[in-house]
Amino acid sequence: MPVLARWIEAAGIPTVVVTMMPAVAEERRAPRIVGVEFPFGHPFGMPNDRVMQRRVLELALRVLAGAASFGTRVDLDMEWPVPLREAYKAWQPKVPSPIVRKMLEARQDGPRS
Amino acid sequence: MCLAGVGLTILLNVVVDSYRFLPRSFRPLYEGRGPFPGEESPVWAPFEKRLAESRIALLTSAGFYLKGSQQSFDVEREQVHEEWGDPTWRAIPTSARPEDLAVAHLHINDEDLLADPEIALPMRLLDELTREGVVGGSVAGHVAVMGYQDRGLRDWRDVTAPEIVAHLREQGADGLILAPA
Repeated sequence: MPVLARWIEAAGIPTVVVTMMPAVAEERRAPRIVGVEFPFGHPFGMPNDRVMQRRVLELALRVLAGAASFGTRVDLDMEWPVPLREAYKAWQPKVPSPIVRKMLEARQDGPRS
Repeated sequence: MCLAGVGLTILLNVVVDSYRFLPRSFRPLYEGRGPFPGEESPVWAPFEKRLAESRIALLTSAGFYLKGSQQSFDVEREQVHEEWGDPTWRAIPTSARPEDLAVAHLHINDEDLLADPEIALPMRLLDELTREGVVGGSVAGHVAVMGYQDRGLRDWRDVTAPEIVAHLREQGADGLILAPA
């Protein structure tokens, strides 16, 4: 996704990436980054929490329009309101994705110590 | 001067743990890998208008599509080719209602996305900010992709990105907010 932002930016359209992995977006050299410490699938926050969602969107707009230079990163100082263990489980698909299933199978088939 | 300095420090404080919700075994897939090959140098398009006069577009990688009129992202093929992800994109009209949307993404739980698509594609909220005059407007068609892609990203680079750029230009977008799912 950060590299998609780069290609669109290179074509002349300013971009900002709102991401739960801002360190990765920095490494991937996204032009403008907003970091959120939210579970995957929830870049703008909790379902039906308009106040939270608005804080993210307003910050994204501010960074999009106001960042002075390449590589600007601003993190939203907001904690996810669900306990970590619960939130960590909740974002993941009920059935493992094909690639994860393959990795798990490879682990089971591999040598055991 | 002093206050501005303090404000800036708070604003730019890095607080987010980028790996908080990532399974530990996935972390090496993301951390310390550096730039994508050939994508080392800075790219920059200045944002030249006032926000209140700008038209904003959203891009989500949550795999949204219109269930009544668009094809799903191809998750059947991904079941067989595990390292492949559908590289196509969909335009999601601002007029779409939450119940018009479906999600095709095998790597995230879609319950919250379906219950409230605004958590990844805040179209209603952007409309609200438009009515309040914070932004000038939004494009008529936002953009949806499915974020799980093969490592080479060739189709995204050669086909999808140019098509999205053409779409955004045609829509008169002054800026784009991308939100990886």
